[in-house]
Amino acid sequence: MATVVRTSRPVVSHRARPGAARGGRRRRFSGLLMAAPALLLFGLFGLVPLVGVLVLSLARWDGLGSVGWAGLANWTGVLGDGATWQALWLTLKVMVVSWLVQTPLALATGVFQAPRGRLRALFAVLWFLPLLLSAVAIGLTWQALLDPSFGIGATPGLHWLAQPLLGSPDLALYTVIFVIAWQFTPFHALLYQAGIRQIPVSLHEAAAIDGAGPVTRFLRITLPQLKYTFVTSSTLMLVGSLTYFDLIFVLSGGTGGPGTATRVLPLAMYITGFQAHDMGRASAIATLLVVFGLALSLLTTRLSGFTRMDSQQEGL
Amino acid sequence: MSTATAPRRTLTAVTTLRRTVTGGATFVWTALVVVPVYWLVVTSLRGSTDFTTASPLAPPAHPTLDNYRTVLDGGFTTYLLNSVVVTAAAVAITVVVALMAAFSIVRHTNRWSRLTFRLYLLGLAIPLQAVIIPVYLLIIRMHMYDSLLAIVLPSAAFALPVTVMILVSFLRDVPRSLFEAMVVDGAGDWRMLFSLAAPLARPALMTVAVYDGLQVWNGFLFPLILTQSGDKAVLPLALTLFRGQFGIDVPATMAAVVLSTLPMLVVFVLARRQLVAGLTAGFSK
Repeated sequence: MATVVRTSRPVVSHRARPGAARGGRRRRFSGLLMAAPALLLFGLFGLVPLVGVLVLSLARWDGLGSVGWAGLANWTGVLGDGATWQALWLTLKVMVVSWLVQTPLALATGVFQAPRGRLRALFAVLWFLPLLLSAVAIGLTWQALLDPSFGIGATPGLHWLAQPLLGSPDLALYTVIFVIAWQFTPFHALLYQAGIRQIPVSLHEAAAIDGAGPVTRFLRITLPQLKYTFVTSSTLMLVGSLTYFDLIFVLSGGTGGPGTATRVLPLAMYITGFQAHDMGRASAIATLLVVFGLALSLLTTRLSGFTRMDSQQEGL
Repeated sequence: MSTATAPRRTLTAVTTLRRTVTGGATFVWTALVVVPVYWLVVTSLRGSTDFTTASPLAPPAHPTLDNYRTVLDGGFTTYLLNSVVVTAAAVAITVVVALMAAFSIVRHTNRWSRLTFRLYLLGLAIPLQAVIIPVYLLIIRMHMYDSLLAIVLPSAAFALPVTVMILVSFLRDVPRSLFEAMVVDGAGDWRMLFSLAAPLARPALMTVAVYDGLQVWNGFLFPLILTQSGDKAVLPLALTLFRGQFGIDVPATMAAVVLSTLPMLVVFVLARRQLVAGLTAGFSK
């Protein structure tokens, strides 16, 4: 992480300057005017829906007709439904396993591609490839690639892959987690790569002079120095895993299947709302997602880079 | 890891083992990443009989561009154009509006600007999926359902929190004396924004534009929920339409996937540095 260079701030506020009263009022007005479009846009499509989803969770709506009052019926329905708890459980499982799979992979590839060099740069370019594809493109490719009859399993020597990896209730979730890792590991590797490049070379040189080998230097210098990168990457992985929708939607053909084997919360919300046309219940599930998301970021933001911006501002 | 800085020494058993493991892992990971992409491209060049009979990883016996013709005849250019329009519009709106907001937050340090800053911070934590139903209701009530604008506005709105955050942290590092000098010259907020903040923030603006552009370009949920007719489909949604339309004609679907990825490949080749910087915008500071 970058060391924050603090520029010295004048203690006296410029508003205190004599004769600035009229200009001050005009300035305040222009300041408001500048902030307004963003606030309007974000308020309308970000904050209003945030309240709206809570209101709609108390409503009856099929997505087409008029919106009616439902009281707590949606909530008793959703919370009393085993499917909700299963979706919650699957979401947690995807979150934790994805993190466990991606973090070491991203760290390893990041460590490998960080030093400059032609060969490493070549590997870095190859490993970048998944980042060029959209989630939908990745989903369609892997769905076809893992097809038991015409996919990769038809290759001599790879017949052990010719099984319904996405079609079996036991394997589907882990296959999905694998594809998620395929999609996102290169991104987190870039984060680690950037983190490693910011470690002062002098630290390594000093340790090398003291006789520390590469392994010792990795454990004693690189890893501790990557603390903030680790927190940032983990935060993005954990909060991001709440939003794995596109990929699972495509891989499961829009069903969260087979059965409900990959029906994580966002998919349960989509299916309840836009396929079963029960927007009230879907809004209750969505509210769970909001609560989940806010709680997670509250837990992790304290440590992540974004709070640093915040505290920097509070120090003004 | 940074063996370059290590003093030369004789290969010990440990070093040999470490190199073997590194080499093996590098090979496995490269294969995992490259083989699917290779298969994707190769399959898109196969005829349908070749697809069902040939070994999946063998090069195509009779490479053909027929699948690409099928995709192009299937309205691909419309989808591409929709994606370009939606991405360009959303990015333009986001960047302009966010720059103004960030300038206002940095230059006016009062209760309100701190509150708006907090709101954007909160916005970072809202998953898109969680608020899609109220957004859907809003779009219907605003009579924008099934239009490109229905994708543009929510996409821009959801790009705002990150964009504002990054621009705020950038503008905050601009020495205050520069602004003060302009105030002495009698410049108002707008002139400071256009002739000082905007030019200075150009690298940051570029970075957020790339980051936001990628999000919108790859976005799937908003198009899925907020549009309906085929002529309004953007590329990711169009891919699922192709999939449904081509059915078991896998090579044609793969050709659509490859074609949809080409614009990104072009960007990667022409502006790799900016793309990488934009991808990790603000997160790897």
